[in-house]
Amino acid sequence: MIEVDQLTKRYGPHTAVADVTFRCEPGTVTGFLGPNGAGKSTTMRMICGMTPPTAGGATVAGRPYRDLPNPGREIGVLLDASAQHAGRTGREALTLAARTMGVDRARVAAALDRVGLNETAARRRVGAYSLGMRQRLGLALALLGDPRVLILDEPANGLDPEGIFWMRGLLRDFADRGGTVLLSSHLLREVEAVADRPVVIGGGRVVAQGGKDELLAGAGTLVRARDAHALRLTLERAALPATAGTDGGYVVRAEPGQVGQAAADAGLVLTELRPAGSGGLEQLFLTLTAGASTKEAVR
Amino acid sequence: MTTTTRTPAPPRPEAAVAGPTLARLTGVELRKLADTRAGRWLLITIGLIAAVIVVVQLFVVEAPDQTFTAFFTPSLLPVGLLLPVLGILSITGEWSQRTALTTFALVPRRERVIVAKLAAVVLAALASVLVSLAVAAVGTLAAGATGGAGAWTFDWQLLPHAAVFQVVNVLMGAAFGLLARNTPLAIVTYLLLPTVWSLLAAMISALREPARWLDTSYTMEPLLGAEMTGGQWGRLGVSLAVWVLLPLVAGLVRTLRREVS
Repeated sequence: MIEVDQLTKRYGPHTAVADVTFRCEPGTVTGFLGPNGAGKSTTMRMICGMTPPTAGGATVAGRPYRDLPNPGREIGVLLDASAQHAGRTGREALTLAARTMGVDRARVAAALDRVGLNETAARRRVGAYSLGMRQRLGLALALLGDPRVLILDEPANGLDPEGIFWMRGLLRDFADRGGTVLLSSHLLREVEAVADRPVVIGGGRVVAQGGKDELLAGAGTLVRARDAHALRLTLERAALPATAGTDGGYVVRAEPGQVGQAAADAGLVLTELRPAGSGGLEQLFLTLTAGASTKEAVR
Repeated sequence: MTTTTRTPAPPRPEAAVAGPTLARLTGVELRKLADTRAGRWLLITIGLIAAVIVVVQLFVVEAPDQTFTAFFTPSLLPVGLLLPVLGILSITGEWSQRTALTTFALVPRRERVIVAKLAAVVLAALASVLVSLAVAAVGTLAAGATGGAGAWTFDWQLLPHAAVFQVVNVLMGAAFGLLARNTPLAIVTYLLLPTVWSLLAAMISALREPARWLDTSYTMEPLLGAEMTGGQWGRLGVSLAVWVLLPLVAGLVRTLRREVS
């Protein structure tokens, strides 16, 4: 469980994060979604006690992060996969963490195995790792203490498609077994694929949050008919606001039921009728963050 | 994927979340001193330099003067020059390699990490004195075998003095590292500041008296001998308060407040 309460961070006149509030419940994956420089990383660093907030606070497992006696055993954190000593081997990096947490050394091998880093990779220096391998190592580090909560900043960065697919499965499984996951991404598809609760942030503010279904519900209906021209006339006649999609379909700002009724009244044959879903969320993401500054925050 | 109600996992037993002890953290920090190629070579270099000095002594010191003390004392100086680098790197390495992000995620009470680091480098400094003793012993045996005096004369007062000398050296490095947080800056400041201070003191007569209390190269010199007066200890204490304690406290405060990214 993660509770973020009105977190705010100002750097001089620049407000990086303003009044961010959200909750991550056990059994769910929360996707922290926003363009670069929106304040995702700053928020996550504040949750983990790395950055002192200007105002507000956050608790993980019921306590402020800094008050946790052995956080590695409760919360797995991956804030930056590149933040590893280039001269240490992957195994050594994990061994240091295992010793700090008081975790059995045997778990190091198990964690490496779980993220798909083999014996050869484990013996190499982190400096020779690709970004994808560093992400895997960072994930191994986060999982090492067998935590109930995961906080991951852009974990899909640098992973190949197979790696991304694997990570989704791992996180989904983690949440399905009662764990809490908070991950950030600037890629909508990524969040959509794994998260059940998107929290959209832009310009340091939360611009939308809720269940994915709720957010998607506001995104409209996608409809396609055999006779596209007749469909357009029908929608016009029924006064349903519609925009033509790129592939002959229409996105209508109405419930699927209303659209279906209008089509049935006109005796139209529909080939597709469904909530606009991902296409809608993408539009939502773009509109919600359009006004927000996309400049990288200067720290 | 839809949001469904899932049963929360049972709370984990309290024992699993007990924090690491300072001894455990010190062990981790000791390991960090040696688990990279750079760190390992620094330690090896410190050992090698002590050995080289002894070999040089075998050739340059007159045979009758080749005693245990004659081998031990000179080995302290070059080692004392490298120990601050060890102290600096143990602190600044966390920032330059950005491992602080991992370290402080596991131990959010940063002061515990710093204390463990200081303990680790102090232990390393004490170990260096043992190395000096060992190479001096080998030197004495070699001197005896090659026609030198090889006498085991040693004033035991020298041992605690040597230990203080090396511990101060490593702590001064760590203090500068803590304050500067940047390896080159810390090393340059550490090497330059005392020299500049000595130069100024030599040029400006008004600084000569304060320099006797503040110039560490001057106040630490008696530690290389067996005799030390109360006045000398006093001057040493004052200089260390300025060059070790002050940067240590300021650096600690800065580290506790600093944003880690």
